[in-house]
Amino acid sequence: MRHARSFATIVASSVVLGGCGRDVQSMLAPKGIQAEQIAVLAWLLFGFGIFVLAIVIAATWLAIGGSARSRRILAQENTVLTLGIAFPVVTLTLLLGYGVWLTRALLDTDRDQNAVGIEVVGEQWWWRVTYLAPDGTPVASANEIRIPVATPIAFKLKASDVIHSFWVPSLGGKVDMIPGRTTHLRLTAERPGTYRGQCAEYCGGAHALMALEVIAMPASEHAAWLRRAAMPARAPQSDIEQRGQHLFLGAGCGACHTVRGTAAAGKLGPDLTQMGARRSVGIDTMPLTHDNLVRFITDGQHVKPGNLMPEFRFLQPPELDALAAYLLSLKAMDADG
Amino acid sequence: MADTATISSYPSTLPRPRDEQAALEAVWASPRSWRIVTDVNNTVIGYFYVGTAMLFFLLAGTLALLIRLQLAVPSNTFLSQETYNQIFTMHGTVMMFLFAVPVVEAMGILLLPQMLGARDQPFPRLGAFAFWAYFVGGLVFFSTLFFDLAPSGGWFMYPPLTSSQFSPNIGADFWLLGIGFIEISAIAGAIEIIVGVLRTRAPGMTLDRMPMFAWTMLIFAGMIVFAFPAVILATILLELERAFGWPFFIAAKGGDALLWQHLFWFFGHPEVYIIFLPAAGMVSMIVPTMAGTPLVGYRLVVVALIATGFFSFGLWVHHMFTTGIPALSLSFFSAASMAVSLPSGIQVFAWIATIASGRLRWTTPSLFILGFLFIFTLGGLTGVMVAMVPFDWQVHDTYFVVAHFHYVLVGGMVFPLFAAFHYWAPAFSGRALSERLGKWTFWLMFGGFNIAFFPMHLAGLMGMPRRVYTYPAVMEWGVLNMVSTMGAFLFASGIALFLIDLARNLRPGGSDTAGNIWNGGTLEWLHNREYGPRSIPIVTSADPLWEQPHLARDVDAGRYYLPGSITGRRETIVTSPIEATPQYLLRLPGPGWTPFLAANFTAAFFMLLTVKAVTLALISGVLAVAMLVVWMWDSDPKPLEPVDIGGGIKLTTYASGSLSHSWWAMIVLLLVAGSLYLAYVFSYLYLWTVSPQFWPKPEALAPVASAVLSAFLLVSGSAILVAAGRVLPHRSRSGRAFELLTGLAAAILLAALIAEVSAQSQAGQRPATDIHGALVFTAAFLQGQIALPILVMAGFVIARSLGGRLVLERRVIFDNFSLLYHYTIGQSLLGLLLVHGFPRLAG
Repeated sequence: MRHARSFATIVASSVVLGGCGRDVQSMLAPKGIQAEQIAVLAWLLFGFGIFVLAIVIAATWLAIGGSARSRRILAQENTVLTLGIAFPVVTLTLLLGYGVWLTRALLDTDRDQNAVGIEVVGEQWWWRVTYLAPDGTPVASANEIRIPVATPIAFKLKASDVIHSFWVPSLGGKVDMIPGRTTHLRLTAERPGTYRGQCAEYCGGAHALMALEVIAMPASEHAAWLRRAAMPARAPQSDIEQRGQHLFLGAGCGACHTVRGTAAAGKLGPDLTQMGARRSVGIDTMPLTHDNLVRFITDGQHVKPGNLMPEFRFLQPPELDALAAYLLSLKAMDADG
Repeated sequence: MADTATISSYPSTLPRPRDEQAALEAVWASPRSWRIVTDVNNTVIGYFYVGTAMLFFLLAGTLALLIRLQLAVPSNTFLSQETYNQIFTMHGTVMMFLFAVPVVEAMGILLLPQMLGARDQPFPRLGAFAFWAYFVGGLVFFSTLFFDLAPSGGWFMYPPLTSSQFSPNIGADFWLLGIGFIEISAIAGAIEIIVGVLRTRAPGMTLDRMPMFAWTMLIFAGMIVFAFPAVILATILLELERAFGWPFFIAAKGGDALLWQHLFWFFGHPEVYIIFLPAAGMVSMIVPTMAGTPLVGYRLVVVALIATGFFSFGLWVHHMFTTGIPALSLSFFSAASMAVSLPSGIQVFAWIATIASGRLRWTTPSLFILGFLFIFTLGGLTGVMVAMVPFDWQVHDTYFVVAHFHYVLVGGMVFPLFAAFHYWAPAFSGRALSERLGKWTFWLMFGGFNIAFFPMHLAGLMGMPRRVYTYPAVMEWGVLNMVSTMGAFLFASGIALFLIDLARNLRPGGSDTAGNIWNGGTLEWLHNREYGPRSIPIVTSADPLWEQPHLARDVDAGRYYLPGSITGRRETIVTSPIEATPQYLLRLPGPGWTPFLAANFTAAFFMLLTVKAVTLALISGVLAVAMLVVWMWDSDPKPLEPVDIGGGIKLTTYASGSLSHSWWAMIVLLLVAGSLYLAYVFSYLYLWTVSPQFWPKPEALAPVASAVLSAFLLVSGSAILVAAGRVLPHRSRSGRAFELLTGLAAAILLAALIAEVSAQSQAGQRPATDIHGALVFTAAFLQGQIALPILVMAGFVIARSLGGRLVLERRVIFDNFSLLYHYTIGQSLLGLLLVHGFPRLAG
């Protein structure tokens, strides 16, 4: 009984942790329809688990030190059959029925006819995100996914190199991204907010750093944002930004990165058209600041070991300043964040 | 054969000859000092085996502590990303492949003969070979960590991460060749255990009187036979892809990354029960002794064990719930995963019932059993949770799952194992382990375990994925991880205390043991030496020492069967598989260098191949085969006149056909080979469903005529070998027909293989071009892999015949060769049907 009580205490404290702490990546603090349904199932399972554990502990306790009568009952084969087969068959069948129903409900794609489609491709070790603008043109981005609230999102998931897994616990379960296959996931955020996700399938090297953020925005804001994001990159305004762009194109950054509206059209690395609007650099290893950008450009192998970008150590401090200034300027004029 | 009358006339009261026991001891004496490596006796090999497995437990446990240190605080830099990835890969791999499976196999090798009343395992040299292969291979594999050459793709080795493109280092090759090789050693042990349990039980020990541990080991070994071939095939395919570019897992060429997952988990899930069942068997032995009463529901428990073994092969997809498979499959495997918890429930309540029907003594083994009950139940319940598909979508690959399977594996296997160490130590050691230290060990391990692993459930629910070398402070997983780390060190201190206890009290190898201090009821509690009991008793119940009061005394006085060595060699009695009626006297080999050397050269072959020292590898391979040939030359000794094993029972000294224990071993080996080939057939058909567009049109296939020719050759090969069996000479030799026919049969098998490969090449099939070509040549590769040993064996059969060691009355070598040969023909025909017939059917 002592164990059951401590189990309950710890489970209860997890509610506190889930409820009051930073719950950006907790399945017990659901912020989406799918995650909520799974959380209900989870609590049901925890209750079932505590109940059965209590039965086993009580039976063991009685078997060791109980009255002669209770020990006689426990020692019968019929008791073994009742507690070992009959009871689990009934309870597990009920649980299974609920689980199967929920599985089908969550996989049922017919009910969201108006889902917004977003394609996410897992790469070692970042996320390539492609939206569709209202006119149908693809809009490329990386590591941040902006979605409208209360709208079903149909994620189309792919992998370019090894297996990854797309997981945003606050919104729902995970689905693997497998080379050569396309998998699907439906998520619906219920309120605005920023929800962290993380690659859940070990993908080598910097797997631990392969995080992403889903930013749920009111639908109207989201539409406006997507219109802006679909436009070509903002042209450099100041001298330093112009020098930065010159360097960006001259140093060969465009071989791997795209900045729409310029000669940089590389596809290997993340699209940087909206780089200045992102919240972090090197996935979420560092917040997006001037210094952190410079650090990633010159010392990226320490920030995110094994990533494909060479370290541009030959650039001098003034050049790095210009480059960072240019990258930070890459955002639609009135973009938030 | 023994009838009831002779059995009831035992024990004999006649005085034993004065020097009988001394002679018996001389025959079974172990070689002195370093020559002990040549010994093959199960007790000696058992000590080595358990000791080595525990060494790997300590090594992999040390890696776990490094992992816990790295994760204790956020953004830690104690270990680098690459080092951490190697360490967690090695922790899982070593724990699963070099500790968990070997240690239960080792306990089987050590305990089974004693429990069954046999003098030794039926194939002592095979057991020695399996051990040394594991010992050398395991140590080399582990040491890759010190050279920064260890694999870093996770213990599950998912491609394409482990392909040559994304893991160009040889770490992955060490995993594939090293682990593949060690699994072959596990299979050798499994064959030994199956034949040992079924054919070397004491007279009268019918299946329903067999100790529960023997039941679990039988099922354990049976599961290895069907599960391990799948992962061996997977490692072959991935190594072929890495070395030669055969694209089994490359989507662009028609391969599929998920094929690996299917094969791996078809092995990997039964693996969990392979580890757990023997531990459950130990519990079923210890609980009755500690409660002082027979196990409640013996038959129920046996049914539960068999059901577990059966169900466990239908669950593998529950490791793949997040791979986007359809709802119908999800529901099926979810239901199966829940169903497998039922047999465990039966066992748990049967143990509780046993405790209730007796009086539990508060000993160290009892404490470990109670700890096991709590931890394993909790792990089973989280197992029911992850069997629920939507819940699994959230917690899959998180620390919740890490917590779950440590509860199942450490709770389900390590705690019973420690109960077993404390329980059985007095049967092997001059002194029992300390009860005082043992109780401290238990509380440190129990407390440490729960403190380390319970918080991981919460970390997982809060979103912490597995296999991350670090995490940012903002995630607030830091406190839970710090608690886990402290728990891990507490657990480790319990293990350290256990080692102190061992150093102080364990005194194995002496002729006098502490004895039956717990008042156990099964035969291992007789006075056993290296050769087991002085005489082999008749068993009339499931707990013979409780039911037959004078048994221990009479056995020790030599009043039962085989009280000495009759033929002047090591011997044991072979009995029938169900009723355990004595059938013949098996003469066993004694110490020799060949198993030790063969194992070393085999290990060298695989390891040198990994580092691409091909010439040296080939030399080692040839030497390994040479050692095997030398070893086998002495096997199958000449029939002698029937002997009297006591009580007026005369037994023959030779058996062939299905009576022979080695016929049984060969059948089990063929089941292994068949499982491997079926895994290949599954892979072929599976990949066709994934990428049918890579299958050529029927007109582009190799011509039907070539397949017909190959099939004709194969069938005629079988006919020729049957004919060879007909002309197997009597004692006196005449003519060379037998040797000619045997050689011809082997040559025809090779010719059929060459015909098939050249027909496919001429049709334009290439293994590295696309998946169809790769699969066609894999069939040929698997065929070659079995044809090569057949050629060697044919030469061996011919040599023995020429040397007068193979005649009609001494024909087991030929019988076994024939079994393998005809099986190979069958496998080839199936392969031809698949490779030539299926595309025509489907296209």
